[in-house]
Amino acid sequence: MPKTLGKVRPHPTQNEPLLFELSSPGKQGYQLPPLDVPPADAAEALGAANVRREIEDFPEVSEVEVLRHFTRLSTWNYAIDLGMFPLGSCTMKYNPRINEAVARTEALAWAHPYQPEELSQGAMEIIATLEQYLAEIFGMAEVTLQPAAGAHGEYTGIMLIRAYLTAQGNPRKVVLVPDSAHGTNPATAVMAGYEVKTLASNDRGMVDPAAVAAAANEDVAALMITNPNTVGVFEEQIEEIAGILHAKGAQVYMDGANLNALVGVARPGDFGVDVLHANLHKTFSTPHGGGGPGAGAVGVKPHLAPFLPVPRLKRDGGLWRWDYDRPQTIGRVRAFYGNFGVMIRALAYILAHGGEGLRRATLDALLNANYVRARLEPHYQIAYPARSMHECVFSDARQEKLGVRTGDIAKRLLDYGFHPYTVSFPLIVHGAMMIEPTETEPKAELDAFCDVLIAIAKEVEENPELVKTAPHSTRVSRVDEVTAARKPKVRWTRQAG
Amino acid sequence: MLAACGLSSLEDLYKHVPENALIREPLKIPPGMSEYEITAYFRERAKKMAHGYASFLGAGVYAHYRPVLCDVIVQRGEFLTSYTPYQAEYAQGTLQAIFEFQTMICQLTGMEVANASMYDGSTAVAEAAMMAYRITGRSRFLVPANLHPEYRQVLDTAAHNARMQVATFPYDEDTGQADLAAMEQALDDDTACVILQSPNFFGLLEDTRAAAEIAHKRGALLVAAFTEAVSLGLLEPPREADIVAGELQSFAISPSYGGPFAGVIAAREKYIRQLPGRLAGETKDQDGNRAFCLTLSTREQHIRREKATSNICTNQALVALMATVFMSVYGKQGLRELALQNLAKAQYLAAGLERRFSGPFFNEFVVRPRRHAPGEALEKLLEKKILGGVALGRFYPELADSLLVCATEMNRREDIDALKEVLG
Repeated sequence: MPKTLGKVRPHPTQNEPLLFELSSPGKQGYQLPPLDVPPADAAEALGAANVRREIEDFPEVSEVEVLRHFTRLSTWNYAIDLGMFPLGSCTMKYNPRINEAVARTEALAWAHPYQPEELSQGAMEIIATLEQYLAEIFGMAEVTLQPAAGAHGEYTGIMLIRAYLTAQGNPRKVVLVPDSAHGTNPATAVMAGYEVKTLASNDRGMVDPAAVAAAANEDVAALMITNPNTVGVFEEQIEEIAGILHAKGAQVYMDGANLNALVGVARPGDFGVDVLHANLHKTFSTPHGGGGPGAGAVGVKPHLAPFLPVPRLKRDGGLWRWDYDRPQTIGRVRAFYGNFGVMIRALAYILAHGGEGLRRATLDALLNANYVRARLEPHYQIAYPARSMHECVFSDARQEKLGVRTGDIAKRLLDYGFHPYTVSFPLIVHGAMMIEPTETEPKAELDAFCDVLIAIAKEVEENPELVKTAPHSTRVSRVDEVTAARKPKVRWTRQAG
Repeated sequence: MLAACGLSSLEDLYKHVPENALIREPLKIPPGMSEYEITAYFRERAKKMAHGYASFLGAGVYAHYRPVLCDVIVQRGEFLTSYTPYQAEYAQGTLQAIFEFQTMICQLTGMEVANASMYDGSTAVAEAAMMAYRITGRSRFLVPANLHPEYRQVLDTAAHNARMQVATFPYDEDTGQADLAAMEQALDDDTACVILQSPNFFGLLEDTRAAAEIAHKRGALLVAAFTEAVSLGLLEPPREADIVAGELQSFAISPSYGGPFAGVIAAREKYIRQLPGRLAGETKDQDGNRAFCLTLSTREQHIRREKATSNICTNQALVALMATVFMSVYGKQGLRELALQNLAKAQYLAAGLERRFSGPFFNEFVVRPRRHAPGEALEKLLEKKILGGVALGRFYPELADSLLVCATEMNRREDIDALKEVLG
């Protein structure tokens, strides 16, 4: 079948095969220097049974083929370098290249985690400085940078709560999670040994203090709250909610996925939060890299600090030391000290902005989100009327009446050259369209994006089929995810014969 | 823009936020810096680091040469600044690269399926243990004392919070390898898995096949762990294992003071639905063309919430891409030759030194310096601008007289000779 609308498929000749299909015996893309010691006899040194004959079907390709292969693949991706990436709660902002440059400083990038502390002072100072600045931004007493990503930070945070409550005599059983929360929250609570109780949001899209009061009892260890929440609104009753939990001896955990709305404007430590994590690969601009690496900074109030993962940095005799002597620690959550390379990039971002610049970036992010909301509100149903912070969430209610869903509109955005918003999340919004422009986008880019969404709203009315069968101009047409899951094929294998 | 929003000042953007919650004074962070100043800032910090030292440090983090292409590819903005490939039509590049990564990990490890990456080796091992718990319904993990001590600590933290047990069995005092007789005794009907690292923390090869056989007899799984991925270029992979969990730092990833690295979990195909983390799968688009997408998401937190196999969301995609390029550049022959060079350097280093254990080793081993205490030997080596190894007393009191030393293709013969002079 030819493509609908007669649109021409781009890159018709660039159907790059798999690396394994490019492979042919004897080709090589590597160089090693001649060995300056006697060669070893592997069978003799290791025992013949321990030596493999070959790596079956491992690729054999030349250097230029490797370069072209991955370069071609790269051109099939969308990226923040190409344009706006309006994924709500993902905070896809510009990744400054100075951060990449400084992370490659040789003595930092090639530092071994077990080299002597006396010869690691620069790296330790970088970590200590970032911890200090993040504590200031969070309004918290201490910060650990050991967790490798946001969900890992959540896990650390909930374990800190468990350790603290255990020290009080009872770890308790239940973690409260609003129905608007990210999936990582309930999954984390279970991994840390808790049962999850879901709290229904109220008609303003917020956590209801009355619901918290009804659920809070001596079994409740914590509430995991996202603020601003996933519908992009500030939990205005956060202090009252925190008060209810604290009165029952429970803790308040904040998911800082949306911290980009708050830096320099409000501090979680000032509104009742006991522990939070923030994603350095969101708010602090380290590149998302197609899914990582990230880093999950966890900030705590003083009462949770004794439980932080080991080791902790300590100033001793004019030097930084790693302190392992922390009797109440939850232990380690990761080998070594965390994703140090990501920390360098985040610190570079903070240094570039300075305190006032960080606040200014937050205000720009709020302004951009509110501008997008104002432009789109006549065309799409806003999920909740409450004021938006850094993102705005619409529902596909109007378009659904014509048979078009949020996922279809998202795919149609691809035809216009934009990455979609976050689709069908949060779950409490029917057919959610969650848009976060970040401070990165200039007005012209925002207008282009809004013009496209408005045009699509019109298409939905005039030619819904066009939208439902999108995308029409991407390298591949709509991908069959159902078959992929029904008959999983997750690796290449050589065809017989 | 403000007018379009019906606002008159930037402060109006948050006037609905309760006043109590607002920040009271400006952030105590100095004014912004220019690019030039930021570069200088990190250069200054770099001066307080080891500079120009020859290093024989291993112990889970290895210095290997990084082919230039690896960094060239990961700095392409289309990879560097793209998001998790949920929108398959706009992320075929990342998805195909992950599919290739998964395939190469299977080829290397002898497993049938592999995920798209974990945070690092230590968390991959803890996740593999939880996977064994889900498969067997048992909640005790059995590990030898020669598992990387920091991996062990991460496992302890995870198991403690999930209310599961970790039990230890010893290594053989002579060979340094896991004591499989002790392991057999320690196995019970509540043991979900044995976790065996090879090469182990002392750099020695383990008999994964024999261990798997013993574990399987008691209905337990065998989780094979690795920290030195280059060894897989030469060593027989742990084909008898049920799950393989490891660290790919050796594949072009700079030591970077401990991270970011990339872990991975591979397994038998029958366990695919118990894998944590993302998976890329092959499928077709509407026109019948080959295409890729993330798949089996019903295992994952964004769909399954509290019933997910793990809470992992963001993984180490870009780092895994770097490892993928590394594997592609070296290829079938190159990875073997690289591993052989490592073996040759380590053999050369070991000749004439007093090895603490007799088991076969790949590129690192435990040595007892003949003339100096380990601390003293390391001090002498620092004077020669050599980072001589890891003093093992910090992890093993019984090995307080020993060092763990590692040689890779990066170590020159004259530096190895200088090291031997002090340790011999």
